[in-house]
Order: sequence, then structure tokens, then C-alpha cells
Amino acid sequence: MSEQTPNTSQTEQDMADLAEVEDAKLQAKGVSLSQSQLVRRRFFAHKPAVISLILLAFLTVLAFSSIGYGIIPGWWDKTFTATGPVLNGGQPTMFQDGQILGEHPFGQTQMGQDFFAQAMYGMQQSLIIAFVVGIVSTMIGVVVGAAAGFFRGWIESLLMRATDMVIVVPLLVLAAILGQMVAGNVWALALVLGCVTWTGLARLVRAEILSLREKEYVSAAIAMGASPTRIILKHMLPNSVGVIIVNATFSIAAAILLESTLSFLGLGVQLPEVSLGSLVDYYQGASTTRPWLFWFPGLFIIAIALSVNFIGDGLRDAYDPRQKRVGDRRPGLLQAMGLRGINRRGKDRTQGAGEAPGQPGQATHVVSAAEPKSNPLRQWRKK
Amino acid sequence: MSLMTILAEIDYEELLEDAEGQEFIFSWEPLIILGIALVIILVYLIASRLLRSKKELPPGEFHLEKAEFETDKALQFQDVKVTFATEFGTVDAVRGVSFDVGPGEVVAVVGESGSGKSVTSSTTMGLTAENASISGEVFLDGKNITQMMPGALRGLRGNEISMVFQEPMTALNPVLKVSDQLTEVFQIHGKAFGAEALAKSIELLRSVGIPDPENRIHEYPHQFSGGQRQRIVIALAVANNPKVIIADEPTTALDVTVQAEILDLMRRLKDESNTAILLITHNMGVVADMADRVVVMFQGEVVEQGPVKQILRSPQHPYTQRLLDAMPELRSETSAEEQTHIHAESAAYEDTEPEDGYALQGKDLALAYKFRGRSNRVVEGVNFAVKRGEILGLVGESGSGKSTIAKAVLGLLEVDDGELLIRGKNLPALPRQERRALRREIGVVFQDPAASLDPRFPIGDVITEPMVVHKVGTAKERAARAKELLDAVKLPTDVINRYPHELSGGQRQRISIARAMSLSPSILIADEPTSALDVSVQARVLEMFAELQQQFEFACLFVTHDLAVVDQLADQIMVLEKGRMVEYGRKDQILRAPQEDYTKRLLAAAPVPDPDLQAKRRQARRELLAAQGLSLD
Repeated sequence: MSEQTPNTSQTEQDMADLAEVEDAKLQAKGVSLSQSQLVRRRFFAHKPAVISLILLAFLTVLAFSSIGYGIIPGWWDKTFTATGPVLNGGQPTMFQDGQILGEHPFGQTQMGQDFFAQAMYGMQQSLIIAFVVGIVSTMIGVVVGAAAGFFRGWIESLLMRATDMVIVVPLLVLAAILGQMVAGNVWALALVLGCVTWTGLARLVRAEILSLREKEYVSAAIAMGASPTRIILKHMLPNSVGVIIVNATFSIAAAILLESTLSFLGLGVQLPEVSLGSLVDYYQGASTTRPWLFWFPGLFIIAIALSVNFIGDGLRDAYDPRQKRVGDRRPGLLQAMGLRGINRRGKDRTQGAGEAPGQPGQATHVVSAAEPKSNPLRQWRKK
Repeated sequence: MSLMTILAEIDYEELLEDAEGQEFIFSWEPLIILGIALVIILVYLIASRLLRSKKELPPGEFHLEKAEFETDKALQFQDVKVTFATEFGTVDAVRGVSFDVGPGEVVAVVGESGSGKSVTSSTTMGLTAENASISGEVFLDGKNITQMMPGALRGLRGNEISMVFQEPMTALNPVLKVSDQLTEVFQIHGKAFGAEALAKSIELLRSVGIPDPENRIHEYPHQFSGGQRQRIVIALAVANNPKVIIADEPTTALDVTVQAEILDLMRRLKDESNTAILLITHNMGVVADMADRVVVMFQGEVVEQGPVKQILRSPQHPYTQRLLDAMPELRSETSAEEQTHIHAESAAYEDTEPEDGYALQGKDLALAYKFRGRSNRVVEGVNFAVKRGEILGLVGESGSGKSTIAKAVLGLLEVDDGELLIRGKNLPALPRQERRALRREIGVVFQDPAASLDPRFPIGDVITEPMVVHKVGTAKERAARAKELLDAVKLPTDVINRYPHELSGGQRQRISIARAMSLSPSILIADEPTSALDVSVQARVLEMFAELQQQFEFACLFVTHDLAVVDQLADQIMVLEKGRMVEYGRKDQILRAPQEDYTKRLLAAAPVPDPDLQAKRRQARRELLAAQGLSLD
């Protein structure tokens, strides 16, 4: 199943030798794409992931630009601690009386603090925690997993038993105890959470490295005398980057939820700092009287976690060759939202029922000739 | 309310008092439930044991019946076209193929990768991938398969048309016993059930030549050898006396002696049952051995078809001619005169050590794989010596330890015992730093072109990696060297910025060779470098290999299972069996005048691409086996 187009068939017939045909095809090939370029292409063809990426970027910019960060001022004139007179019972002024934002777009707390500023500040803290946790846990996980997978022997036993030790203690308990120790400092809390969430990635990276060890290009590198550092950094990690990036993304989403859970239980971010999770905790009692105080941070948590998850989905589809999808099976918005059935049924009706199997446009996956193993229907040939 | 406030409110003393107030009461309930579970398991085990030993099987009644045909064409393809929809547009895999297979006839479809031969055959079973669209018609004994509903097609599969796959290990389900898999075929199509099906299965196994089928049928696939597994797969295929059997590369994954046995079995079964066989293969020797007619495919089209003698002896189409020319030839038939000549020559040939010593030498080499602290010797007592500019062919079947020796030379495996001298230095005794430096002298080409190049490295970086590792040259010099080497392997220099996935298998293997040559090593290890390549591509790679060897004069350890390839390249040959050296000597001596029984069997089993000659060789092989006191099946 070589890749060719019908218009080249005539020239191929003239050359009665497979080797010649292949060389000619190589000459005729246009731009060459590296693996990462291919991945980027596939990622940007995944609509939900791209929309999520835009949404996440928008939320991040909004959170940091509105009230500023540290000494850098933002465009919003109120701070998250300053109190003021409670106007109109603290109702949100967004889209009221013909104005877009108004005085207090997300309303006010009982004490008259501007809730938009509070939500933005909470979102800053949550995003910082999420990304720091993502980076820290990924780094620890990659180092542990790569060392265990490459060196095997006692190093592997030691590292993997250590991983097991962390896994057997319930994550929430560990996070709660360590979270208490750093009491309130957001950066320290993020570091601590990163130090307890790396286990899954360490195991995945180890498994990936174990399978890469058997590849002949790794054998070739060992045979040419390359050092372990070079083999791990140049050959193994770049080839397991798919697993690493995808799981880093999912660990960011998990970190947001973990932080929210901890803060909701009163064990994470402490007053006067606020995060989205602690805001939900503080104002859960107000969910009947002042519901906006509960809903806005809750919705932000959901929006961030969902968009990060969709980005992870998009990355996984882009990296995993078995997930290659073409034509109408490429995930659209509806499919990603779990509404695939509706969409497909509509299409079937328009095309007319009773089609014989194996018609064009029903493709589910495509397999490049270079990777026959990724096609379950094609046997790997040993000649 | 947060958790902290809850924790603060707990009165621990009260809790303690509560706990002390409760007495521990022993209860039988959990033990009773556990006991019941145990009893059930025991009863099941005992009952299954008893049932199997007590059951009186009805006498086996399986015998191959003559398949009956309603038309004179068992299988007929009419203008079949298959197109795949892919990420990069559509691909025409098969472009209008028409041919037919008569009852009791073996038609071989030959072609190289991408010729569409496997796709063509998969249309007959409705097994094409989901992204394929098929046009044209396929008739099975007059019934149009392409128009059939899935239910009707299921009724045909395994009943009127069945398949023998390439890889017997994956064709059999490893978690089911062979008995389950065999009786399933009868039960699905309502031919026999229960004990009757089992009795039939036993007879079926006996007819495909599995010894002691009554007991062995209750074993799992991994307990059988590769050849026996393929026999079981064939048994599954012939169970319901099908009209047509599709054999998709049935012997490609097998060793050459096992291949000969499997081909014998298939020929016998076909003669007994009058079944039509569509044989898909790339091996012209297998074609000569089995086929009545041949269909040659190239790039999705049939370029030539006709009787086997006509195609193999006087091919008309240039593609077929070149394909046959590209086949490496094994010449093993010799006259008595020539044999004595060879003997005299080899006696006269004295293996004098050259002045600068052997490039590569093994003395009583023993190698072992270590698993959980236990070491398992796989190679023992191997001696060899290769001079500069010479090629030593390591030949043997799977499990003979030939690749293990290559691994040891590459330093991927520790030497267990004996000496391994590289340019006079004993590798296992060297300190680590010197060992690393010695690696400069060794280049390597591996078997699998898909896995031997790092997919994330552009070709230029792949080729110059050894230079980077050993810190040789500047970036400019490395780039210049990469271009030089690309010229040497006859690839355009602009592939330097391309990635391995854009290259075909043959091209990648050429890149592998270029990488191996980049430091101009004095030793090259080639581990089955052409086994995964097509015939014409293999010919090109071998040609280039010989050329480079002339040019660079490296000593080479060439590992292969293909005797014909060795005949083309090697100076000396070592035949290995189960980790032991069987025979070692000059090429002519081993291939033309072998002394050992095993070498003779190996040579006799290799098929040649000429039907008449192959028939003679088949007869000669049977006589040889009989003379050596071995069974024929």
C-alpha cells in the first residue's frame, strides 16, 4: 500500500523495478515534514482542541491582565480585598441596563468586595498552581521513569518501589498533610502537589522506555558507543514525547481539580489568599442567597479543566498513529461533546440507508506504509 | 464547614470508650462463604478432570472429502479495483485485476510490497480494511461475494472458503486450547458438536501430521513448535472441506526446513481434497514448488499470468524478467568431479594468519542470556576468524544463536566465556574506556528497516551520529561526509533533510549502511540486513554492499537465514544449529560439498525457482531424509 496518486501510474509502469519506482518517488516528493510538523498539523485539524486552546489562552490573559500580577497593574480598577458599599444587594451588573461590564460585573460579596477581582485573583492562583504542578510532576516523573526504564536492575527496583510507596498512600491525604505544612503559600503548595502527583507519569515513561530499548536504533546507538545520557536524551525521550506531553496536559487538569478539592476542604490555599476552589468553599453557603458567588468560580474551574482535557485529547490523537482519523470520522465539535450519534444518524439519513460496507468516506483510520504495525489488519512481514 | 472544623469537634475520649465497650464477636459467616467458594472450585476441577479422562470418544470419522464444484471456476476475479481513502488522499491499491482459479488448481500470486497481492486476496473473504472501497466482482464457485450481505458471507467463511495466515502464533488464540479452536470451526458451521466435534478434531490433527493428537489437542498454542502451529492453522482451514483456501504467505515466517514440510503437507491435502488454492507469496522457490499457474502483480496491476513453467522459464514482461534476475541463486548441485576438486582445493587452502592479525576472531566463544540471576547458555564453543576484506556468513535457523553472536560483537551482550578478539584485542577483558573507543571500528546494519533509524532524526543526523558520538570532525566536515556517503549508497543528497518515515524500506536500509560506514570501520556486522526487503530491492542493496566492501575492505560478519544470499556474498560460511557450530569452512566447501547431515538437510530444503528442478530436488530431499533415518512428515 504505497502512497501514490493515479497520475503517476504510467511512469511507474514504464519502470519495471520496485527499487527504481521508490527512488523516483523520493525524488518527486515535495516538502518534507518532520514528525513534530505532522503532529502540529493533526493537532490543528482537531477542532475541539483548538477551540479549547483559544479559550484557555483567553482565560489566562483575562486573569493576569485584568487585576495585574504583583506590582504590575492591570486594567481593572478594583482590588480583590478592597471593600466598598454594597450596591443593589451585590447583584452582578454584567449585561444589565445596557452596559457590558458595569461597576461589578460578577457582583459583590457581603462585605462589598468586588467579586470580579476576587474571581480573577482566584483564577490566577489556580492557573499558577496547575501549571507549576504540571511542570514539576512531569519533570520528576520523566526523570524517575527514564532512569528506571533505561538502567533496569537495582536502580529500577529502588525507583519503582519508591513510586509504589507514593501510590499506596491516598493522594488526598498526602496532599492534605503536605499542604498544611506549607500553609497558604501558593508556589510552595504547587511544588508540594507536584511532588505527589508524578507517579502515573513515571510508570508510563518507564513502560515507554522499556519498549524503546528493544528498538534497533537504540541498539545501534549503544553499539556505536553512545553514552547512556545521549541515548536517553537524544533517542528515547524525544520518541516518548507523545506520552509525556499528553500526560502532562492531563496532570494539569487533575492538578486544578486537586487544588480545588483541597481548598474546598480548607486544606489548600488559606485566607487571605484565594483560589477558585477556596472561593467555592467560602461561598457555598451563599448558593441560595447570592448564587453568583458560588457559580462564577465553579464555572471557571469547569471551563479550565475541560479545555485542558480537550487539548490533551487533541494532542493524543495527534501523537498516536493508531488514532489517525480521516474524513468524516475526524472528531468534530459534536463528537467530542459526546453527541456523535446525533451527527452520524443525520448524515446516514441524507445519504440513504442500506449502503454496502466498504464504500468511500467510511474510512476510520489510515496507515502509512512506513508503519505497518499500526494497522491491525495487516500482518507484519518477516521475510 | 471545612474539614478542619470537623476534625476539631471530634471527642477522641468518647470514641475510645465506645470502642472499648464493643466486644469482638467471632462470626462464622465470612468463613462459610469462603468455604462454599472453595468447594465449588474444587468440584469444578475434579469434575473437569474426570470428564476428560472418562469420556469415551466416538471413533474419529474425519476424512478429507473431495470438494464439489458447481462451476468450472472455483474463484474468479473480474476487474477488481480497491481504493483506500487516507489522510493524504486516495490510494489505488488494486487497479483492475482479473484472473481465475480452477478446482484443484494452485494459483500463485507473486509480487513485491505494494503490488496489491494481499489486498486482492482479502476481497475474497470480505476482510478489506474499513477505509477501502471495492469495485468489480469476485465469484466463489459462481456466487458473487462482493454483493453478499455480512451474514451470508459469514456462512461462507471457514466453510466454503478459508484462509491460512502468515504468522501462526498470531493466527491462533493463545488463551484457548487447540481443542477449543478446532471444535469451534465444526460447531460454528453446524457440522459436529461436543464429543463428536472433538473426535473429529483429533482425526484432523492426525491428518496434518501432529503426533499423539489425543493428548496434545488439550494443549495451548505456545506448547507447539512454529511448524506444528502452522499445521494447526492449516487444519483449521481444511476442517470443513472448503472449495478454496487462501494461503497468504503461509511459509514466510518459517524456517526453510519447516517450510519444505509445510509445502509437502499442503500439496498432499490439496491432492486429497481437490481444493483450489490461492497462494500469495514473494518467494519464487515456493512458487516453483507448489503452483500450477502464476499471476505476477506490480503496482496494483497484473503484468503477466500463465502456467508456472512458462512464467519462470521464459517470462515475457520486463518486470517478471527483472524480478527473476534479481533472485539470488543458490547453486548446490555438484558433480562428483567438482566435489573432489573442491575438497582438494579446501585442503590446499591454508588459513594463514595475516601479518596485521585477524580483524575479528572468536575463540571457544560462549554466550548466555541472563534472566533473574540464572544464565542460559545459547551459544557454546564457537570458533571463527575473519580477515580484513573477507565476509563470514553466519547461517542457521531461528534459535541457532547466529544473531546472538552478532550482538556479542556489538557489545550488546556480555561474553560468558572464551575470547572475542577485535583487531587482536580481547573485548571482554578490556577496560570500559578502551572498549568504547574500539566501537569506532565496528559498524552495524540491522534487520528491520522500520526500526533501525530514529524517526525523529533527519537523515543527515542519522548518518553522522557515530561521528558525533566519537567527536570526530566539525559540523561542516560531518555534513560533507554525509553527502559523500549518500553518494556511495546512490541516494540523492537532498534526502539529508528528510525524515526516515518518508523513505521506503530499501532506502532506509541503504541509510543504515551509510551510517555504519561513516567512521570507515574495519569491521561491519550485518544482522539479516535484507531479510525484510523485496527481491529487487534486496538485489540492489546486496550489490551496493559488495561494492562498498570492495572499496572499504572491511571484515564482515553477515548473519542470514538465506543460503542464496550467502552464496552471492560470503567468503567463508559457518552453519549453526542450536548454539553449536555444525560446519565451518570456505563457501564452496559448505555449499557444494557439505559433510554434515544438518548442512545437507538445510541445502536440500531451500527451494529453487524452477519447477522441474524443484521437483527433482524435492525427490532428492525425501531420499536424503530417508537416508538419514528421519521421518518425512
